[in-house]
Amino acid sequence: MISFNAIKANKMRSILATLGIVIGIMAVTILQTAIEGINLAFEKSIASVGADVLYVQKFEWFGKEDWEVYRNRKDITMKQYNYLANNLQSAESVCPSAGAGGTVTYGEYSSENVMILGTTEEYQRTLGVGIDEGRFFTKRESDGGWPVCIIGMDVKEAFFANVNPIGKTIKVNGYNLKVIGVNEKMGSMLGLFSLDNRILMPLNKFFKMFGTRRQLTINVKAAGVEGIEDTKEEVKSIMMRARRIPVGGKPDFGINQQEAFRQTYDQLTGLIKAIGTAITLLSLIVGSIGIANIMFVSVKERTKEIGIRKAIGAKRSTILVQFLLEAVSICLLGGFIGLAIAFPISLMINAYLLPTAMPMWVVALALVISAIAGIVSGFFPAFQASKLNPVDALRYE
Amino acid sequence: MQEIIKTDNLVKLYVMGVEELYALKGITMSITKNEYVAIMGPSGSGKSTLMNIIGCLDVPTSGYYELNGNNVSEMDDNELAAIRNREIGFVFQTFNLLPRSNALHNVELPLIYSGMSRHERLELAEQALDQVGLKDRMLHKPNELSGGQRQRVAIARALVNKPSIILADEPTGNLDSRTGDEIMQLFDELHSKGNTIILVTHEDFIAEHAERVIRLKDGMIEFDKVVRPPKNIIINEIQA
Ligand SMILES: Nc1ncnc2c1ncn2[C@@H]1O[C@H](COP(=O)(O)OP(=O)(O)OP(=O)(O)O)[C@@H](O)[C@H]1O
Ligand SMILES: [Mg+2]
Repeated sequence: MISFNAIKANKMRSILATLGIVIGIMAVTILQTAIEGINLAFEKSIASVGADVLYVQKFEWFGKEDWEVYRNRKDITMKQYNYLANNLQSAESVCPSAGAGGTVTYGEYSSENVMILGTTEEYQRTLGVGIDEGRFFTKRESDGGWPVCIIGMDVKEAFFANVNPIGKTIKVNGYNLKVIGVNEKMGSMLGLFSLDNRILMPLNKFFKMFGTRRQLTINVKAAGVEGIEDTKEEVKSIMMRARRIPVGGKPDFGINQQEAFRQTYDQLTGLIKAIGTAITLLSLIVGSIGIANIMFVSVKERTKEIGIRKAIGAKRSTILVQFLLEAVSICLLGGFIGLAIAFPISLMINAYLLPTAMPMWVVALALVISAIAGIVSGFFPAFQASKLNPVDALRYE
Repeated sequence: MQEIIKTDNLVKLYVMGVEELYALKGITMSITKNEYVAIMGPSGSGKSTLMNIIGCLDVPTSGYYELNGNNVSEMDDNELAAIRNREIGFVFQTFNLLPRSNALHNVELPLIYSGMSRHERLELAEQALDQVGLKDRMLHKPNELSGGQRQRVAIARALVNKPSIILADEPTGNLDSRTGDEIMQLFDELHSKGNTIILVTHEDFIAEHAERVIRLKDGMIEFDKVVRPPKNIIINEIQA
């Protein structure tokens, strides 16, 4: 009440002084809201990679070596796949896969740059592919290289918006393939590219269409997330043997997993957070100095008032608390203004960038930070006020 | 008779760089309950210095001071604040009201510091303002009041916590003579109701209101005499 009166008396000055706090609070809340949204999007995307799946490839995801080093490595072959599949004990399922961009045609329509993925019947179990309509291909179809395929949701929508695609024949790079199933919708990878613009087909047919010299991936599903490290070790030693690398040598292949995404993602968001925190801290420090400054001015201007209050019985602690509360109130005011500006911005982020919502804990955090800034910036001016000598203060004009 | 103030050889020394100035050079006196005392003396004789020490705003360099049985000379800051709040009512020449607060809040303030409940203190503050004849100006701020009215608010503030003494340092110094007269009548009335009053003044006609005059010169008591027998008895008789 007392402190609020004093703030009202210097409205303009107080509002200007809160600018740093306003910016600081805006920075934290918007940053946290955005990160909350990015996290959500990331978790949704990363689900398609599978937490319990290992991807044995020539390349390493987010590898540290030059791209050349990976490119010059020997290809992963079907022979190595067979050796691995025959010897691997701990895995739940294994399958090879190879991909290529293809052109899909149906009737007069065609679509370029569709991801064509050749694999075996084990793919469904290994990668956990959901089927929306129809079915996956069988071992017989896979081994025999039958001209069948499962299409992704984007492909279905592009060609079969109002018709049942099952049983229809499409052309992929000029080859006829019969549609026997439709993939469940998978969404996009970090909002960058769609995972539904693809076609799955037997690998043996794929080799006939695209040749056998294709990058091969061996997909290994471990027995649950807990077993993944053991399985990884086993895969490593078997692949070393298959590729004739002496024990203790350096593997010339990558065993990739979701973890790699996670680590890179954490590094990225860690960097964003660090920059954001630095901006926040900087503006809070500048803001606090500003508040401390006007508090010193305020103490000076109100020396007489302090003298009066002391003369009629205010203790040191009373004066200290009064001025501290005043600084805290100013900072909280700044905090509220910051939140009031940040909230519509978070709604805009939600509407145009990524689905998110300002979490309650961020609001609480913002207010706690404001209050702390108030205490820090108000302490010295308040302390100075509290130890004024009443006689001198009363005489001050 | 109950002694409210007892001082023994109070000395106040101001040191400014190399210069030393004894504002008080050994004041020994006592004031009893319900006395009405005027402190007089030329400018610079130490009147305000003495008032500040009596009012526990300042501490003496040496000497003994006892207020209402409390040994003030040995008190720390917090105890002094508490004793100012409980025992002293100040009235200043320049009123010293909080400019942004209305009369009621100004009068209420000492009670806030003594930790009284809101309900109680509003009641007491209203009573005090009523006593000085300003009940209808309660919600006015100081700049909406005349000088005399401001001094009445200040007196109400000094009264509100029922202090054992009221200290007034030239309370009419900033007022014209008619308004000053009204204020002095108010002090007389307060005295007749049993308050102990000490006031500093230059003017003989103001000092005439008091029963006892202590005259300072050069930081010492020049004389200390009773100028009139306690008159509340007389006033009471007239009123009756
Ligand atoms: N804070 C201070 N520092 C130094 N000297 C002081 C201080 N306060 C008062 N003095 C000196 O002490 C002496 C007494 O001052 P005081 O204010 O008590 O006089 P006074 O009797 O109230 O005078 P006046 O009638 O003009 O108000 C003066 O000489 C003054 O200059
Ligand atoms: Mg004086």
